[in-house]
Amino acid sequence: MGGETIRALDGVDLSVKQNEYIAIVGTSGSGKSTLMNIIGCLDQPTGGEYQLNGTMVSLLGDTALSVARNRDIGFIFQSFNLLPRATALQNVIQPLIYSGLPRKDRKAKALAALEKVGLQGREGHLPNQLSGGQRQRVAIARALVTDPAIILADEPTGNLDSNTTAEIMALFDGLIETGHSIIIVTHEHDIAEHCSRQITISDGKIVADTRVGAAA
Amino acid sequence: MNRHFENLALALSALRANLMQSILTTLGIIVGVASVITVVSVMQGFSSSITGQFENMGSNTLVVEPHVPFRERISGVRAKLTYEDFEAISRRVDDIEIIVPVIYQMPGTLKYRGEQASLQFFMGTVSAYAELNNHFPENGRFLIPSDDTYRRKVIVLGSDIRKDLNLPAEPAGEYVELNSQWYKVVGEMEAQDSFLGFSRNKMVIMPFQTAVGLLREKASEKMQFMIRVHNIDDQDRVKEQIKRLLRKRHNIGPNERDDFKINSSDQMREQFETVLDGVTFVVAAIVGVSLLVGGIGIMNIMLVSVTERTREIGICKALGATRNDILVQFLAEAIILCLLGGLIGIGIGYGLGAVVELAIPGIPAVVVPFWAVALSLGFSSLIGIVFGIAPASKAANLDPIIALHYE
Repeated sequence: MGGETIRALDGVDLSVKQNEYIAIVGTSGSGKSTLMNIIGCLDQPTGGEYQLNGTMVSLLGDTALSVARNRDIGFIFQSFNLLPRATALQNVIQPLIYSGLPRKDRKAKALAALEKVGLQGREGHLPNQLSGGQRQRVAIARALVTDPAIILADEPTGNLDSNTTAEIMALFDGLIETGHSIIIVTHEHDIAEHCSRQITISDGKIVADTRVGAAA
Repeated sequence: MNRHFENLALALSALRANLMQSILTTLGIIVGVASVITVVSVMQGFSSSITGQFENMGSNTLVVEPHVPFRERISGVRAKLTYEDFEAISRRVDDIEIIVPVIYQMPGTLKYRGEQASLQFFMGTVSAYAELNNHFPENGRFLIPSDDTYRRKVIVLGSDIRKDLNLPAEPAGEYVELNSQWYKVVGEMEAQDSFLGFSRNKMVIMPFQTAVGLLREKASEKMQFMIRVHNIDDQDRVKEQIKRLLRKRHNIGPNERDDFKINSSDQMREQFETVLDGVTFVVAAIVGVSLLVGGIGIMNIMLVSVTERTREIGICKALGATRNDILVQFLAEAIILCLLGGLIGIGIGYGLGAVVELAIPGIPAVVVPFWAVALSLGFSSLIGIVFGIAPASKAANLDPIIALHYE
């Protein structure tokens, strides 16, 4: 490859507590995706430490990273990233398969998660039979079905219209009330406004970390 | 282990989602395995039929027949055995239990009340033939010594002939016409397996001397002696005695070749089986190549499928699938594909074997040995493993970040 090494993140020092509602804001190329990948255990920092629930993630190997993702992270993506040939229910069950939950317990747990996001009755639909908002709800159900330490949402409303965006954000707000921790990566300010803490990244550095007194 | 079952289930559901594509993918394996099963089943059918034929004859049987090398035969040289040779052997050679003269004559047409049947051959022999070949009449009687003494014009029918001619169920007493002469039917032989298309059910048997009278001087060119020895250990010695006797009777000089051949039934069976084994081996090698090609086809499709499903793999990794999970899932897909192909191929192979059996009259019953089925399935899964490793490890080693953003 050659060329110079680019520091996507440089000297980031961040600590997140339970039940925090955080927005990571930044322009494209600011390093927010890299930060998200590291928080989501998809990537390892070349230097520095990342500790998650007492585990030194930056020391984990490939398989242990997979386990950490399964147990502690719930991903929500801009493009939903549902498995196209699996029904809503099967999509929500998928992470439970990797967590080794017995077959008989999976379905009940997945159905409960689908109900939480208001999709009861839709569990047999394939992703292409659902609207964008419904697909993102399936993705949210899939993210929270394992009770992860952090729900990590990457531009979760980027592909949705404003009405659906409002619904999805209301859903996130509700999850905060039931004790979940959510990190939303976004470049939209009105999304960031929902959150109780806004972290702004620019050129790989945290340039602002503001807490809003009473969010939601 | 439980986790691997889960990955297996995921592999199955991925294949089920593209059932038609999966079956097409595995076409190479299907064709390969179907050919193995067909060829092996037909060959085994032949082989067990041959073995059965020779068992009827008994392993302590010798056949003496006139023989000239092919090159001399096309220039008109003929070898002969005479009835005097037969008598000399029966008198002078020790340890012979039964000896019968047999004359084979090639096709003829048999007629009965407007019905017509083609014979494969007719045969002239004596009463002891039935015991020596373990082949007895189903109804009526076989030849008796006085048939020979009086050169009676009687015949015993092969079991197919009676049906072809629409003769009554108890054909004894009817008259049939063979090459413009009338013969009285005295019996019908029991049915036997056919033998390389050479069916004893399609022949008629007449008294030896009647056949000699019919063929006159030609008879000695078509003559064979079938000999059963008392004890198989004596076989070589008996053979040697016959050889010396015939060489002397035929005035063959010390440096000249025999004008006859003495085969033991074991020898003949071995010759047939060597030929069949050779054919089986060659076909197996060709089929092996086709299975290899089928395996490469599967690898190719699996590689395409990994690329197609890159994003899906990324999603599964984000949800917590380990490298091992993905590896096992894709390897299982390749193996299941190959096994599926193998199973379909076995089914088609059985079908083709049955078709061959129906289409070619006189072919022995088709037998599919268990080892061929086991070998086909084993080889299929081996191909699945060998050619599934590359695509599976490609899938397992995908970087989740890149895979998630793959378009």
